[in-house]
Amino acid sequence: MSITLDSLLDRADLASAGLLIRRAHLLDPRAGLDGPGDLLVRGGAVAEIGAPGALEAPAHAEVVEAEGLHAFPAFVDPHVHLRTPGREDEEDIETGTRSAAAGGYGAILAMPNTDPVVDSASVLGSLRERARAEARIPTGFTAAVTMGQRGEQLTEMAELAQAGAAGFTDDGLPLRSASIMRQALAYQRLARRCIALHEEDPALSGDGVMHEGEVSALLGVAGIPSVSESTMVARDTELAAYEDGFIHVQHVSARQTVEVLERARAAGLRVTAEATPHHLLLTHECVRGLDTHYKMNPPLRSEDDRQALIDGLRSGVLGCIATDHAPHAREEKEEPFEVAPMGVTGLESAFAAVHTDLVVPGVLTLGLVVERMTAGGEPFGLAIPTLAKGAPASVCLVDLEAEWEVGESGYESRSSNCAFAGRRLVGRVRMTIAAGAVAFRERSFAIGAVA
Amino acid sequence: MKRHLLSVDDLSREDIERILGRAESFAEVSGREIKKVPTLRGRTVINLFYEASTRTSSSFELAAKRLSADLVSIKAQGSSVDKGESLKDNIQTLSAYDPAAVVFRSPHAGAAGLVARWTPASVINAGDGKHEHPTQALLDLYTLRRRAGRLEGLNVWIVGDLLHSRVARSNILAFGRMGCRVTVCGPPTLIPRGIESLGCEVRITLDDLAQADVVYALRMQHERMTGSFVPSLREYAAQYQIDGRRLGAGQLLMHPGPVNRGVELSAEVIDSPQALITDQVESGVVVRMAVLYELLAGGSGPPRRADDPSRPASEPQPA
Repeated sequence: MSITLDSLLDRADLASAGLLIRRAHLLDPRAGLDGPGDLLVRGGAVAEIGAPGALEAPAHAEVVEAEGLHAFPAFVDPHVHLRTPGREDEEDIETGTRSAAAGGYGAILAMPNTDPVVDSASVLGSLRERARAEARIPTGFTAAVTMGQRGEQLTEMAELAQAGAAGFTDDGLPLRSASIMRQALAYQRLARRCIALHEEDPALSGDGVMHEGEVSALLGVAGIPSVSESTMVARDTELAAYEDGFIHVQHVSARQTVEVLERARAAGLRVTAEATPHHLLLTHECVRGLDTHYKMNPPLRSEDDRQALIDGLRSGVLGCIATDHAPHAREEKEEPFEVAPMGVTGLESAFAAVHTDLVVPGVLTLGLVVERMTAGGEPFGLAIPTLAKGAPASVCLVDLEAEWEVGESGYESRSSNCAFAGRRLVGRVRMTIAAGAVAFRERSFAIGAVA
Repeated sequence: MKRHLLSVDDLSREDIERILGRAESFAEVSGREIKKVPTLRGRTVINLFYEASTRTSSSFELAAKRLSADLVSIKAQGSSVDKGESLKDNIQTLSAYDPAAVVFRSPHAGAAGLVARWTPASVINAGDGKHEHPTQALLDLYTLRRRAGRLEGLNVWIVGDLLHSRVARSNILAFGRMGCRVTVCGPPTLIPRGIESLGCEVRITLDDLAQADVVYALRMQHERMTGSFVPSLREYAAQYQIDGRRLGAGQLLMHPGPVNRGVELSAEVIDSPQALITDQVESGVVVRMAVLYELLAGGSGPPRRADDPSRPASEPQPA
C-alpha cells in the first residue's frame, strides 16, 4: 500500500488488544484468505496467521474460540451522519461510532452537514478533538465544499485539508452551480482530497419526496425522477474529466446513473461510487404504506433500478457499500410522510441485511460483499483493511448462521429510524476489532466463550 | 367493512353497494320535515380539519348532526396546532374525549392513516394531501347511479389536472371498482407517470371524448400556473375546457367543485341539465351519513363502552 491518509482518522485511546482468534473461517479475498485458521493480534497489528489450532496464545492474551464464526477485515463506511455538532439528541460521536462497531465497522467517515456546518478548520479541529476522546473506532471527518453548504463560495479547502479533512462534500445537498463544481474540481489540485457528491438536480426533484413512478402516482405524492440524479452525475463526470479531478458519487440509486458511471469509467475517468444497503435491497413498493422509515434521499426506486445497482456492485462500477446512516429523532419521523425528514439509520444492520437478501439467496458471493463492505475508504485514500500479517488489526467476527430481529434489543445508535426495523436477518456481528483495539463485543459473547 | 375509511381501496364492491343503499334510505329521511335520526345519540364525532374546506366540512357536520351525534369541529387555525402541538399529541388529546369517529382532513398524504394508528376511534379520511378523498368518490358514485340508473359498464372520462387531484385518485379506483371504464385525460405535464397502474386509460387530447358516457372535469388550480405545468390558463381552456361544443347531448357532466367558470368548464355546460354538479353537493350529506352509520353502527364498527347511553344500532327512523 502506498502512502495513505489513515493518519487523519481519530479515535479514543483504547488499549491495544492482545488476542488470539482461534479456528475462525478467515475470509479476506484481497489477501487470498478463505479458510479456517488462527489469527493473533498483538501490539495493534495482525502478528501471526496460522493453521486452525496451531497458534499459541501469549501470556495475558485473550483467547476467542471462534469455531463456526467468520473473520473478515472490519468494514469501512465512507458515509455516516454523526449529527455532531448540533443534534446530539439524535447521535453523537460516542453512540455513532459504537453503532458502527456493532455493525462490524472498523472505520467511518462523518458527513459535514451539521450545525454548524464543518466548513472551517476550527469546527473541524474541535470535532477531531472530541473524536480522540469519544470515538470507539477510527473516525474521519469530511468538510463542506462550500461555505455553509450554500453552494456559493468554496470553503478554505487547502487549510481544511491541512487540518485533517478526509474529503470534501456538501452531502445532503447537491452542488447546484456547475461553475462552483468546476472551481471545486480545479481547486482540488491544491487540496488533494476526494470530492464526494450528493447528486440531484433540485429543479427536477422539486417537491419530490419519493421515487417518481407508479407508486407515487397511486399515492399522489410528488416524485423525484431518476434523471434528477443521473443528469447531475453526467454533468459532474464531464466536469471532472475537463478538470482532471477525482470524484466519488454517493448513494447511487438509479439505473441511468449506473450507466453514466459505466461510460465514465470506460473513458478512464477517476470516478468511484457507492450504493447503500437500502437501495440494494428495497424498492418504492415499500413506500405504499407511507411509512417514514422508508423515506430517504435519494428515494427507494424501482426493482429495475435495484437490479442495476446489484449489477453495478458486481462489476465494480459501484465499488463500495455505504450506509448513509442518518439518525432522526422519533418525533420527527412520527409525522406524515411528506413532512418527515429524509434518512434512515443502517450501521448495525448493513452487513446482515445484505447477507440475508443477496448472499444467502446466491445473488452475490460472500467474498464480493466483504470486498465492497471494506472498500469504502479507498476513494478517500484510506488503506483497505486486511487480515494479512503485519497489517493494523481490523477484524470483525461474524456468525453467519445467527438469526436476529433488527431492533429487538434496541440499538447502539441513539436513534431508531432503521429501514430494516422488525426484519429478521441472518448474520450477526459478534465482535469488532478496530485498528488493534476491541471496539465492540456482543454482550453474550464473553471472553473465551465458545460461540 | 374495515374500522376506518382511509382509502377507496379499503372498500369492497359490496361495501360500496351497502353504503349507497344506506344513503338512499337516508335520502328519504332528508325529504321529511324533521331530518334527524337517533342512531348516534350520545356518541361523539370530531371533525378535525388541518386544511381549509367548505363543502366537505359542512356536509360532515350536517351528517353527524342528523344522526344525533355530539359534534366537535376543529380547524387548525386558532387551535393548539398553531401553538406547535404535534399531530400525534393533538390526536391523543382529542381521543381523551372518547370520540366514536374522527373525520380528518390534512394537506399531507397518509396523514389520516397515521391518525388511525394513534386513536381508538374510527377515522374517516376527508382528504389527505393529493392522495385520496374517498367520501367524495362515494358521493359521486351515488349521484351518478341515481341519474344514470347504473354504474356497470359506464364509460367515464376524468379530465384535467390529474397530478394534483386527490379526487381523481379516489374516483379512478371507485369507478373502476363499480365496473366503469375509466379514461383520464389532461395535459401531459399534469398526468403523473404510472397513473395507468391504477386501472385507467390515458389520453392527452379530447379527440375521443365522444366515447364517454360521463365527463368528470377536475378543478384547475390557478396556483399550479407558477410551476408552469401549462403555459397559460387560456391555452388550457382552449385544449381541455368542457364546453357546449365538446359535451355531447347524451353525456353527463360532473365536477367536484368549486368550479372555475371559463377555465375547465364553460358557463353553458355548468347550467345545462346534463350537469350533476349541484346534485353532487346535495348527495354529500346523505352519503356521509351513510359512511358514519356503516362505520359506527353498521355492526362491524368498534365496540362501544359499556356505559355508552346510546341506543343499540337500528335502522334509521325519524326521531
